[in-house]
Amino acid sequence: MSKALFEYVLRLGDDSLILGQRLSEWCGHGPILEEDIATTNIALDLIGQATTLLEYAAHLEGKKRSADELAFLRIDREYKNLLLVEQENGDFGKTIMRQFLFDAYRKLLFEKLLSSSDEHLAAIAEKSLKETKYHLKHSSEWVIRLGDGTEESHERVQDSLNELWRYTGELFFEDEVDTELKGSGVIPDVSDIQDKWNELVMNVLAEATLTIPNDNWQFDGGRVGKHSEHLGYLLSVMQYMQRAYPNMEW
Amino acid sequence: MKEIDLAELERDFQAKIDADIKIEPKDWMPDEYRKTLIRQISQHAHSEVVGMLPEGNWITRAPSLRRKAVLLAKVQDEAGHGLYLYSATETLGADREQTIDDLHSGKAKYSSIFNYPTLTWADMGAIGWLVDGAAIMNQVPLCRCSYGPYARAMVRVCKEESFHQRQGFEIMSKLANGTPQQKEMAQDALNRFWWPALMMFGPNDAESKHTAQSMKWKIKRHTNDELRQQFIDISVPQAKLIGLSIPDPDLKFNEKTGHYESGEINWDEFWQVVEGNGPCNKDRVDTRRRAKENGQWVREAANAYAEKRRIRKKAS
Repeated sequence: MSKALFEYVLRLGDDSLILGQRLSEWCGHGPILEEDIATTNIALDLIGQATTLLEYAAHLEGKKRSADELAFLRIDREYKNLLLVEQENGDFGKTIMRQFLFDAYRKLLFEKLLSSSDEHLAAIAEKSLKETKYHLKHSSEWVIRLGDGTEESHERVQDSLNELWRYTGELFFEDEVDTELKGSGVIPDVSDIQDKWNELVMNVLAEATLTIPNDNWQFDGGRVGKHSEHLGYLLSVMQYMQRAYPNMEW
Repeated sequence: MKEIDLAELERDFQAKIDADIKIEPKDWMPDEYRKTLIRQISQHAHSEVVGMLPEGNWITRAPSLRRKAVLLAKVQDEAGHGLYLYSATETLGADREQTIDDLHSGKAKYSSIFNYPTLTWADMGAIGWLVDGAAIMNQVPLCRCSYGPYARAMVRVCKEESFHQRQGFEIMSKLANGTPQQKEMAQDALNRFWWPALMMFGPNDAESKHTAQSMKWKIKRHTNDELRQQFIDISVPQAKLIGLSIPDPDLKFNEKTGHYESGEINWDEFWQVVEGNGPCNKDRVDTRRRAKENGQWVREAANAYAEKRRIRKKAS
């Protein structure tokens, strides 16, 4: 089981890591100072979650790799994050929409993981859930504000929703890793989360006067290491120091 | 107002300052005192906000998860300091938007140190250690500044700055004790940031046009040269401790005075950077201006939504 669990924890850790990395690109460039602080704070929470999750993954793997080695020294195909989180920031509305779609999923997932048969994972979920609830509150409020704000903001954030919607199917991706862990009560049934996610997302989008696109084509591949072109660039930046100065302590 | 009243108000005001009684927003104060504070506090606020950029430049490239988290936390603190300080200028009647526009138009200044580029990871160490170190030297006395809201903001700011300074020194010390390549990176950062850090205290006392009045009003408690000397005396032994050398061939310790004597600061460079000719002046201001421009539709949306809510609430 520990191989499947390693894979699963790695997936969650990579989601936090890559989204935290993306959000940190905003630092110093936010639309208002208060949002600069909020975005940086969420990035900080996500890097914190990534650290805890990747430390646990490293422990499960048992190959003496550290969390930092997992974070900085894998190749593109070995990252298991969702395609959604590696998408470029775009404007503030796109960043918020990406965050909202992810936060809604993350909150529901962590709530279910509280009762995981794996105690360590349950403890991580408990700690992360508190932060994630705040993230979701923040991103939902902004989706509503932008959707129901001005004509321009409505149009921009609707475009972002149309673009990002194609990456939401992957939130509920399942393969043999999930099947194995579900059997032993480590992780919840994904369909349960999916229904709640649909309800939560639809409610917020309705209040924001936004509609989901008709074109419902969905991409996946992130969970098995088949990414969009964006990830390679993100990794080249993120891994720069570790690659340029190998085997050093910082 | 009659002239006699004004003279009396001024006398009472100075008497309060002399008795170390804080001046609060609603108290009477001379126009010049108000102007001086607005100028100084808004420059300070701008420095915090522009100061996010040189360090923000390395967040995405931080070499470990821990360093990335610490740097994010530090830069977030700086944005927070910017917010308190803009609020402090508002207590004096300044308009936040106008204050920020003055930065973008080049009318308002900010600390010149942020017009130097951050070229390597070691610059994160040098900035924390030296730049935040120099900022603390300047800011600790401001906790006793005569204007209440500024003094109180500084108490909180200084607590966080001392964490920033420690994390910077820790980065430097780790590099200085690391591989030869890391040590070289640290020395190079020290070479580039030492002199600009000394310039952070401003011109020599003889050249400083605001010092005398600011000291009389207890906005300022020490002269530029006194603070600079204090900074040198503290920093030189710290550099020695981690095996780095200060890039000043004239630096020597005077046994009699107990102080380090340093070489001459390149004041031409200082004034050039103040006048806008530093390596990053244009980039920094452009970046801030773009952030504001790109965020305009977001702020408009937030206002429009708030207005809609207000109307809906009224209707229901």
